[in-house]
Amino acid sequence: MFKLRRFLKNYKLPLIFGPLCKLIEAIFELIVPLVMADIIDTGIKNQDYAYVWQRGGLMILLGALGLSFALVCQKSASIVSQGFGTQVRNAMFKHINKLSHQELDKIGTPSLITRMTNDINQLQAAVAMLIRLVIRAPFLIIGALIMAMTIDLRLSIIFLIASPILALVLYIVMSRSVPFFKQIQSKLDKLSLITRENLSGNRVIRAFSKQESEKKRFNEKSDDLAKTAITVGRLSALLNPLTTVLINIAIVAIVWFGGGFVDKGELSQGEIIALVNYMTQILLAMIVVANLVVVFTKAFASAHRVNEVFETEPSVVEGTKTESDNKSNNEIEFNDVSFAYGKGKYALENISFKVEKGETIGIIGGTGSGKSTLINLIPRFYDPQKGDVIIDGMSAKEYTFSALRSKIGVAPQQAILFSGTIRSNLLWGNKDATDEDIEWALKVSQSYEFVSKLSDGIEHEVLAGGKNFSGGQKQRLTIARAIISRPEILILDDSASALDFATDAALRKALATETNGMTTIIVSQRVGTVRYSDKILVLDDGKLVGIGKHDELIKNCEVYKEICLSQLSAEEVK
Amino acid sequence: MRVMKKSNAKKGTIKRILSYIKPYKKQIIGAMLTAILYVVLNLTTPVLIGQAIDKAVGKGNVDFQAMLNIIGLIMLTVIGSAFFQWLMSLFTNTVSYMTVRDMRRDIFAKFNDVPLKYIDGHPHGDLISRVINDIDAVGDGLLQGVTQLFSGVVMIIGTLVFMLSIDFRIAIVVVVISPLSIFVATMITRLSHKMFIEQSKTQGEVSSYVEEIVGNQKMVKTFGYEERSIEGFEEINERLRVCGQKSQFYSSLANPSTRFVNGIVTAAVTIVGSINAINGIISVGQISCFLTYANQYTKPFNEVTGVIPQLQSALAGASRVFEVLDEDNQTPDSANSVEMSRCKGAIDIENVCFSYSPERKLIEDFNLKVKPGQRIAIVGPTGCGKTTLINLLMRFYEINSGKILIDGVDTQNITRNSLRGLYGMVLQESWLYNATIAENIAYGKPDATSAEIREAAKKSYIDGYIRRLPDGYDTIITEDGMNLSQGQRQLMCIARVMLCDPPMLILDEATSSIDTRTEIRVQQAFNAMMKGRTSFIVAHRLSTIKEADIILVMKDGHIIEQGNHEELLAKGGFYNTLYNSQFARSEGA
Repeated sequence: MFKLRRFLKNYKLPLIFGPLCKLIEAIFELIVPLVMADIIDTGIKNQDYAYVWQRGGLMILLGALGLSFALVCQKSASIVSQGFGTQVRNAMFKHINKLSHQELDKIGTPSLITRMTNDINQLQAAVAMLIRLVIRAPFLIIGALIMAMTIDLRLSIIFLIASPILALVLYIVMSRSVPFFKQIQSKLDKLSLITRENLSGNRVIRAFSKQESEKKRFNEKSDDLAKTAITVGRLSALLNPLTTVLINIAIVAIVWFGGGFVDKGELSQGEIIALVNYMTQILLAMIVVANLVVVFTKAFASAHRVNEVFETEPSVVEGTKTESDNKSNNEIEFNDVSFAYGKGKYALENISFKVEKGETIGIIGGTGSGKSTLINLIPRFYDPQKGDVIIDGMSAKEYTFSALRSKIGVAPQQAILFSGTIRSNLLWGNKDATDEDIEWALKVSQSYEFVSKLSDGIEHEVLAGGKNFSGGQKQRLTIARAIISRPEILILDDSASALDFATDAALRKALATETNGMTTIIVSQRVGTVRYSDKILVLDDGKLVGIGKHDELIKNCEVYKEICLSQLSAEEVK
Repeated sequence: MRVMKKSNAKKGTIKRILSYIKPYKKQIIGAMLTAILYVVLNLTTPVLIGQAIDKAVGKGNVDFQAMLNIIGLIMLTVIGSAFFQWLMSLFTNTVSYMTVRDMRRDIFAKFNDVPLKYIDGHPHGDLISRVINDIDAVGDGLLQGVTQLFSGVVMIIGTLVFMLSIDFRIAIVVVVISPLSIFVATMITRLSHKMFIEQSKTQGEVSSYVEEIVGNQKMVKTFGYEERSIEGFEEINERLRVCGQKSQFYSSLANPSTRFVNGIVTAAVTIVGSINAINGIISVGQISCFLTYANQYTKPFNEVTGVIPQLQSALAGASRVFEVLDEDNQTPDSANSVEMSRCKGAIDIENVCFSYSPERKLIEDFNLKVKPGQRIAIVGPTGCGKTTLINLLMRFYEINSGKILIDGVDTQNITRNSLRGLYGMVLQESWLYNATIAENIAYGKPDATSAEIREAAKKSYIDGYIRRLPDGYDTIITEDGMNLSQGQRQLMCIARVMLCDPPMLILDEATSSIDTRTEIRVQQAFNAMMKGRTSFIVAHRLSTIKEADIILVMKDGHIIEQGNHEELLAKGGFYNTLYNSQFARSEGA
């Protein structure tokens, strides 16, 4: 929790003023009874109406002043806590953007969403409480202690004994409940996960008529959450009663021992009353503290989860160079690259090849042979465990991310569009693209026709994920997005799989003529798509089993031959 | 989104929250009873303490025995009040968390009851935020609200009674002025209500944005979109800060304001009391006693207004939850609809019209007759309505007019679940969920034996891969599908359908991500399975299409050509062009 205090540093002023105003308000609150006593003692005794009215007016004035100080405090609390939350969210979002897939997969999107909203909300609540109450309660407690000591030092020992016991009770309850609160948050994650799955997979769920069992799955988790919440609630519910009992025992002790002192004539009855009053004041403050403890316990659990994200270091570290210091004719080189996801077996093993600038490379291979993995290493979504990926003569690791990735345009296997408009989606590829650029990209990607049919053209709305477009339309738009910046390297990761023949053919024709000079990497299942590439890489189970032109491979690469025969007739192969 | 009249909506929201609490009547009554006991005991303790102190009058004049008796009594009331307070917390705890659970249950169930259109048309992050954050806010509000409200109300009534018994004139002053604080609190609540609604809406936007950007980090990284996505996020986040700060500030005004009003009440009591005392109507002791009670009386008001922020965000959250619950359900299966567990597979599509939105007509006057066992291939340029046709067959979307019949029965008269059970569906986008591979494959047939599961996996050529995983079939699929390739995911979805062995099949680009060698083998397995079964196939691989009994050539939502491969080629129409472009493709590159 304290690690997060750096997010408060912009709010020093309200952070000091808030509690200060609260303190002043508290002091005013303490003055009011004195004025009241004054009215009764002086006003009534002297039968002085004017005095009564005058002092009464003072009471109202004090109230009004108290109100304005309280307002300043509340204002500060709202500014600091909401500002704090906003900063933590921004920082977390930035940090998430730095993480590589290896880390993101581990935490998971639903959990990140809960952390970003629910957990930070808990922290915000704690900060607001901090400002409103944290100064006030101890102030009242310490004030009461000091006052008690001035009255009778011996009896104040009771206060000194009671305080650590109270602290102990608070500590025990708090430390017991922190693990539960952590559990609650991770159970919330689970609910968020199931909800997300049900929203994204709703077609499949309905197709299999699994609505009931999905409800059951959700309800089980929801019941489980309720159970944990009730368990921890039972624990927190102890705080208030326990504090009350403890303080009242102390009060009884004061009365009893105080009675003894009164008997000996060492203490007056009025002094006992005063001591009891101070103890009551402490009780009230302690109840506030107990409530604070609950809020802070929750916040601790949440802070832990938020920090977990901040402490996750990106495994892929950014380089510093914006340009290669060793420019080469080879756009891409793989030097003995091996890569594994996590601790599993290598998904790619000892891969070496070179791609010259302007070449078109085809990558073909079976399902799970490592095609997409290989592609993922070029923009450094992952770093290889062994070997090096060299882009334009320099290791990919030495480039800044933006330098490296701006060289590359990718149309991914899973066609994803973002909520916005067609234009805003294309601007992802190049935020300075002109209308001509957009038109060009749409034409090359064969999207122009269907886009121009839309009543609002490129301003047409795109829903999250591109749900309002068909698979083929999405793929073409993702290709448009990839080429709009006219990147040095264009990667098409099986990105025309949903296109029909005619569109696919037209697309490749346009790409061939319009993207001159681009180094193009085409991943595909279809021989027809890669067969005229300058080089074809054949992958099989993570290994590079063939490299060369179609005619060469058909002769000396068994895997390639097999793939070809599965798709083309014997004479087409030749 | 639905717009409701604001004040009515708020009242309605409270009423509906109450209806959620209703099943926990016992706990509510329990909470009320314990609240009364707690408050009564809590109020007597100070009185007893006062009496105990009275036993210590002065030097040599302390009645220890009497004091001890009272102390015993004090301990009883203290422990009693603590116990009842604890019980009260337990009751309110149960009520709030159970209510939260019930609400979540309802909203989740709702997601499976609304037409698919709703889910397709709403950002998922926002819907998730309603399930998680908004309902959490309701729970917080209930927990705080119920506890404070009960003890507050009891306290107010209790002290009022005490006060009336002392002097009704001053009691009237208090009673008249106190509602002022209620009035002030209400005014403030009304002011900030809008802000709270805005806040939870913006919170939903934050979730949606995170869902979209974090869920698609690869794209963000590829296009160097980090900076811009941060800008986008900061914009939403800033709006959240502004409305969050306002709602928090406005609603936190309630508490100091009521305290101020109460301060005025105290001042008024003091003044009126003093003047009465000067005039000799009441004694000084009575004023002091009265002030104590006035103080006691206003305190619960403060406590109640202290929880107003939580109550308000609870209301705002609840109204967003109810907004979802108020969505129209898909039309329920009609009363006379039948369960159809098997079929021959004759499908008649008669004059079907359909469009997603009225202004853009999609399928118009569509007719098709399918004999049992026929294989229908649907081809056509992307966006021509192939997937839409499948949406209609499965009744994911309802047709606007016309009829679809299975074995002569109108699908409108077949229960949706049994209708969907007739088809095995594999989509281009493969959906797996967070469970083991075995559970994912057995999704449509949870009672399948492990042998059956393996058999299905074998037929889908994924068995080998699965067995090589360290945990084999017990490997848990993580939310983003681990590092399974698209093809492997698709194969698992195929295994899922293979296991179900449905009477009809729908394959929408079901093998688009699978390499051709595997595809051919999977295809063979499908062929064996499809023998004698009606199947609809959206594909672009020639081999698949060639073998179909009927090829539907669709363009712009219309069936423009219909027939088998040879017939269509001979016709020399659109299909012919499409087919020939297949060869143009090889030459062109």
